[in-house]
Amino acid sequence: MSMEPVLQVRGLTMTFGGLRALDNVDLHVEREEIVALVGPNGAGKTTFFNCITGIYPPASGDIFLAPPGGKRRRINGLKMHTVTEHGMARTFQNIHIFPAMTVLENVMVGRHCRTSSGLLGAVLRGAGTLREEEGIVNKSYEILETVGLDASVNELAINLPYGAQRRLEIARAVATDPFLLLLDEPAAGMNPQETKELEGLIRQIRNGKKISILLIEHDMKLVMSISDRLCVMDYGEKIAEGTPAEIRGNPIVIEAYLGEDPDA
Amino acid sequence: MKNLTALKQPLLVSAWFMFLTFPLMVIRVNTIENVVEWRWRNMIWVGTASFLLTFLWRYLSDRREAARKEAERTEDHEQTLGRFLAGRPEVGRYLSVGAMILALIFPFVFSTYQTNIMATALMYAVLGLGLNIVVGQAGLLNLGYVAFYAAGAYSYALLNHHFGIGFWTALPVGAVVGALFGILLGFPVLRLRGDYLAIVTLGFGEITRLVLENWNDFSFGPSGISNIPRPGFFGIALDIRGATIYLYFLVLLLCLATVFIVNRLQNSRIGRAWIAIREDETASQAMGIDGTKTKLTAFALGAFWAGMVGVIFAAKTTFINPASFTFLESAMILSIVVLGGIGSIPGIITAALFLILVPEYLRAFSNYRMLIFGSVMVLMMLFRPQGIVAGARRTYTFRRRKSGPELERG
Ligand SMILES: Nc1ncnc2c1ncn2[C@@H]1O[C@H](COP(=O)(O)OP(=O)(O)OP(=O)(O)O)[C@@H](O)[C@H]1O
Ligand SMILES: [Mg+2]
Repeated sequence: MSMEPVLQVRGLTMTFGGLRALDNVDLHVEREEIVALVGPNGAGKTTFFNCITGIYPPASGDIFLAPPGGKRRRINGLKMHTVTEHGMARTFQNIHIFPAMTVLENVMVGRHCRTSSGLLGAVLRGAGTLREEEGIVNKSYEILETVGLDASVNELAINLPYGAQRRLEIARAVATDPFLLLLDEPAAGMNPQETKELEGLIRQIRNGKKISILLIEHDMKLVMSISDRLCVMDYGEKIAEGTPAEIRGNPIVIEAYLGEDPDA
Repeated sequence: MKNLTALKQPLLVSAWFMFLTFPLMVIRVNTIENVVEWRWRNMIWVGTASFLLTFLWRYLSDRREAARKEAERTEDHEQTLGRFLAGRPEVGRYLSVGAMILALIFPFVFSTYQTNIMATALMYAVLGLGLNIVVGQAGLLNLGYVAFYAAGAYSYALLNHHFGIGFWTALPVGAVVGALFGILLGFPVLRLRGDYLAIVTLGFGEITRLVLENWNDFSFGPSGISNIPRPGFFGIALDIRGATIYLYFLVLLLCLATVFIVNRLQNSRIGRAWIAIREDETASQAMGIDGTKTKLTAFALGAFWAGMVGVIFAAKTTFINPASFTFLESAMILSIVVLGGIGSIPGIITAALFLILVPEYLRAFSNYRMLIFGSVMVLMMLFRPQGIVAGARRTYTFRRRKSGPELERG
C-alpha cells in the first residue's frame, strides 16, 4: 500500500482584486505528519486555509484530499461543510466558538456531520435517536477530557478563559472525526505554560487519534519542537520547505523574517 | 451638590418637552367662538410627567449600572429566572401543572367572551413558539411571518369556498401551504444575513397582503371571505358557547403539542445546528453543518406553524380579509418572542398571554395601546434584554466509570 499524502495542494493561486494573496503554492501533508506553515504577517497563511476549506474559491490550482487507505478526491469548489465531511477540519485564527452554547454543546455540534437524526427523529425520540444522542454526548465528553475541559462541560463557552476557548475549538474540530486537522495559530494569546500543554495536546491528537496536522504558528519555539516539516511563506509564495534543522539555517528564511529571529 | 446635578437633567428634559408640546397641548383655537384658549394646566402635566419619567429613568439605569459593577466585582453568576427553574425542576413542574389545571377549567368558569380572548392569546402563543424556531433558534430575523399565517388562513377559506373542504382536511393543507411558501421565499433570501433578510421578509409580508387586497378574482379583495365554517364536532351542531369552548380546547391542544415538539427540537441534533448557525455561521459550516439546508428547515418549520394557526384563525373568526394580516401582526408576534425571552418556551407563553390579554382588559387605555406597547419594549430592551424568562441551556451530569464516562440519565 503506497503512502499517499492525505493532503496534496498544487499550484494554488488566490487573488483579492490586484493582490496575489497566494501565488502558485504547492504543499502536501503525509499521513500522521505534523507540518507547520510559517511566515511573516500577511504572508497568506490564513488565506491558504480559507482556500482549501472552501471559504474562498481559489483562482487556480488543485486540492486533493485522501483519507488514509481511501480514495483520493479533488475538493476544489466544494462547500465548507462538505470539506469537513470529507475529513478535513479546522480552527480559526480569531476565535469562533458558539458563545451562548455550553462547552459540551459546542463539541456536540462537531458531531453533526457524523450523525443523521432529523426532525422526525428529534420529535419522536425513538430508540435509534436516543442511542445516537447518547453516543454524541459520550464521545464529546471524551474529547473534552482529552483537551482537559471536562470540568467545565456545562459552562457557557463565552465564560471560558481565552486559552481554554482555543482548546475548545480544537476539541470541536476533533469531534468531526477528521484525518487532517488544520490549526490556525493555536498558541496565540497563550502563556508559556499553556503553550507547553498545547504542544502535548497536539502530539496526543496525532499519536492517539492518528490525525495528521497542519498548523500555522508564530511561536517559533513551539513550531521547531513539534513539526516534522516546515513550509515557509512570504508574500503569497512558498519560499522554503524542510525539517526544522534545515529551515533554521536557511538564509532566505532569515531574510524574510528580517530582524525576527527564528530562534526567538 | 450631587443631588442637584441629578435633578438638572430631568429639569432640562421637562423644560424641553414643555416647549415642544406647547403648540399642541397648550394653545387651542376655539373655532366656534373664535378665541384662543390657553390651557396652562396641560403644560404643568407635561412638565411634571416628563420630569418624573426622566428621573425614574436615570435612577433605574444608575441602579442597573451599579448592580453590574457589583456583579463584576464579586464575579457572582447572575441568577436568572431560567436558571432558577432549571435548577429546581419541581418548581417548574408545579407551575405547569397549575397552569394546566387553570387552562382546563377556564372555559367553564369564565364567560364565552373571555374564553374567546383566551383562545386568541393561546393562538399567539403558538405563533410565537413557531416564530421562535426561526428568530430565536436559527437567528433569522423574519419580519414577514404574517404572510405564512395569511397563506394558511386563505388556504382554508378558499378551499372551503370553492370545493367545500372541511376544517380537518384544511388544517394539514394550510400548514403545508405555509411551509411551501416558506421554502419558496427561503431559497432565494436565506443567503442574506441580518438586516438584509429582515428587509426582504418585511417586503414579502407586505407584498402578500397587497396581492390579497388587489387580486379580486382570487382572494375577493378587501371585502374578504365570509361564512367560513367553524370546525365540525362529529357532525353535531354546536351553539356559540359550545363552539367557542370547542375551539378553545382545540387551540389549547395545539399549544401543548407545539410546546412538546419545540421542547424536543431544542435539545436535538437539528436544534443545536440552528443555534450554532445563529451563534457563528462560518464556524457552524466549518463543523460540517449545511447552512442552507438547516436554515431552510427552520424557516419552513416556522411557516408550517403559521399556516396551521392561520387555518384555525379563519375557522375561529369565520371571516377573513387582508386587514387581518398587516405588518402589525408580524411585529406583535416578534414582540412576543423578544419579550418572552429568545428560546424560552415558558417566557414566550407568558409574553403572549400578557400582550394579548392586557390590552383586552385595559380597554380604557386602548388609545394609548401602541404607546404603552412601545415603552414596554424599550424598557425591556434596556433592563431585561434576555426577556421575561431567559432561555437556559441543558446541562448534563456524568458518572465516572472504569470503562469510561457515562451519561447519567434522568
Ligand atoms: N477577504 C480578503 N479580502 C481582501 N484581502 C484579503 C482578504 N483576506 C486576506 N487578505 C489579504 O491577503 C493577504 C494575506 O492575508 P492572510 O490573512 O492570509 O495573512 P496571514 O499569513 O494569515 O497573516 P497573519 O500571520 O497576520 O495571520 C494580506 O495582505 C491580507 O490583507
Ligand atoms: Mg492568519
